[in-house]
Amino acid sequence: MKRRILLASAALGLGLVMAGGAFAQDKLKACWIYVGPIGDGGWTFQHDQGRLAVEAAYGDKVETAYQESVPEGADAERVLTQMALSGCKIIFTTSFGYMDATNNVAAKFPDVKFEHATGFMRATPNVSTYNARFYEGRAVMGTIAGLMTKSNKIGYIGSFPIPEVIQGINASFIHARKVNPDVSISVVWAYSWFDPAKEADAAKALIEQGVDVILQHTDSTAPMAEAAKTPGVIGFGQASDMSEYAPSPRVSAIIDNWGPYYVERVGALMDGSYAQSDTWAGIGAGVVGIGAITDAIPAEVKAAAEAVAASIADGSYHPFTGPLMKQDGSAWLADGERADDGTLAGMNFFVEGITGEIPK
Amino acid sequence: MDLSAINPAVLVASLMVAAVPIVLAAIGELVVEKAGVLNLGVEGMMIMGAICGFVAAVATGSPVLGFVGGAVGGAALSLIFAVLTQYLLANQVATGLALTLFGLGVSALIGQGYNGIKPPSIGDLPLGPLADIPVLGTILFRHDWVVYLSIAVIAAVWAVLKYSRAGLVLRAVGENHDAAHALGYKVVRIRVLAILFGGAMAGLGGAYVSLIRVPQWTDGITAGAGWIALAIVVFASWRPWRVLIGAYLFGGITVLQLNLQAAGARIPVEYLSMSPYLITILVLVIMSSGRGRASAQAPAALGQNFHASR
Repeated sequence: MKRRILLASAALGLGLVMAGGAFAQDKLKACWIYVGPIGDGGWTFQHDQGRLAVEAAYGDKVETAYQESVPEGADAERVLTQMALSGCKIIFTTSFGYMDATNNVAAKFPDVKFEHATGFMRATPNVSTYNARFYEGRAVMGTIAGLMTKSNKIGYIGSFPIPEVIQGINASFIHARKVNPDVSISVVWAYSWFDPAKEADAAKALIEQGVDVILQHTDSTAPMAEAAKTPGVIGFGQASDMSEYAPSPRVSAIIDNWGPYYVERVGALMDGSYAQSDTWAGIGAGVVGIGAITDAIPAEVKAAAEAVAASIADGSYHPFTGPLMKQDGSAWLADGERADDGTLAGMNFFVEGITGEIPK
Repeated sequence: MDLSAINPAVLVASLMVAAVPIVLAAIGELVVEKAGVLNLGVEGMMIMGAICGFVAAVATGSPVLGFVGGAVGGAALSLIFAVLTQYLLANQVATGLALTLFGLGVSALIGQGYNGIKPPSIGDLPLGPLADIPVLGTILFRHDWVVYLSIAVIAAVWAVLKYSRAGLVLRAVGENHDAAHALGYKVVRIRVLAILFGGAMAGLGGAYVSLIRVPQWTDGITAGAGWIALAIVVFASWRPWRVLIGAYLFGGITVLQLNLQAAGARIPVEYLSMSPYLITILVLVIMSSGRGRASAQAPAALGQNFHASR
């Protein structure tokens, strides 16, 4: 009994000290939780660039903290709880798999704002979601892939079979086939966002099957390193520019630019205009950038890709415009019809022409 | 599914590459176990080799020095095991397991700041016209030098164990350390040297993963290859050439499952991913039951500590 009281008072004392520490500072503390290491050269690196942009924008009015390589699952919940307890006022959770953890912890800390990247669940008023329309970038990559492939086989290294990745596969395939009716796509699932060994093996298997254009939806540069071993194979930077593999195999890239969003949200929290939101922006808003297209590809291919990017940016074209059929042959979009965001956010089917199944 | 897209020659070539880390680690462990020491820390030594090799290669710009660094890193970690088990007489199983956990942690620590860096690349060994032989050229003559080194090490270990006096002494120590001691052989010294050799080989295998196979550094990059190496030593019933067969079998299934996936096989991905491990377990069960007597071929003094006063 005595020991319990002792423990309880110790915990209370610790809690008071920490709470006191939080009250004592008038700086806003913004925190990030990353799924990979900052040095991944891809996804997490770009989120960290966004964090640095917040520091640069607000200087000593803001304090930032981060935790890298946090596994999706129970560990994420522990880290988030710890962050909330340590005085973070706004926490950005930067992977789809943090969805449950984010909403669970958010329910316990109503005064802390949570921002979940690429998710769709906002269980409590203090959870916002933000995402980028990566599929717009994929449409541009798909165009290049369709024009550049000589074997008419393109490969896609998928991470998890979730809507965001399926959008990417569909957008790549639709636009590759638009410029090259003979093209086919092979998909390999890595079941990881960041596992260089697995990604390299997957790229190797694809190349051995005759694939000569590799699109990756995983975060490391390993597929690019694998592609570099075989002349004539090209790939695209994912999430970050990955320019160390330019001009070939990396011929272009989809770049995530989170900085402006982070600066805006942290700023809104400071001046009191913060409100729950669901943001989904693309090439037009600058959240999705297209990395410089290198000289390794011909000028007319480059021009075609840039035309697609420009038409998406100004809104005159939507990557999912009918007529489009689902894989099973049933109708999806009529001629000229554009996909609505609800369908895209929950996309769980391949479009017509893709072989292979989405793992359940 | 389009199985015709899978080219057997390319498949064999890449299974040889996929098996190299396991071949190296397993042949090292075979020597250690032949000397009567059970070192379960292969995974830890491999990952130490992976990071030390990576750091050395990045720092010097030379892949060869990278492999030297990997071997030194693996051997350094195994030295801890040697001191604990040979001089302080610690339990080998517990020490080996601790070594794996320790290696994983230390490698993650050393690896801070090395994520996403590109190591210097190592070219294929130029074998000139040999590489242009159809099929055979693809399978045998288009690899980097470490692939050939791994086969050479197998041959060397086999020859030394079978034909040389040193091999005979090593085996004597592993079969009956008291008798070997009575004959005047330095049991502890021989075992320490065997452990260091095992550590260096595991380190080389690890360095192959981080320098050639992936080539990148990330925490836990060896992903259980060390445990497979341990299983393969048993699978091979402590015979060098069988180590090669076992490792190629495992490497082959690993490569095949990815190729099947890329070819669009209608088998759930989860089954394909677990297949290499499943088949390793199956083969081990078959080997250790019935007339194979695989377990009977284990060195008699395996896992027993030696103290001269006893």
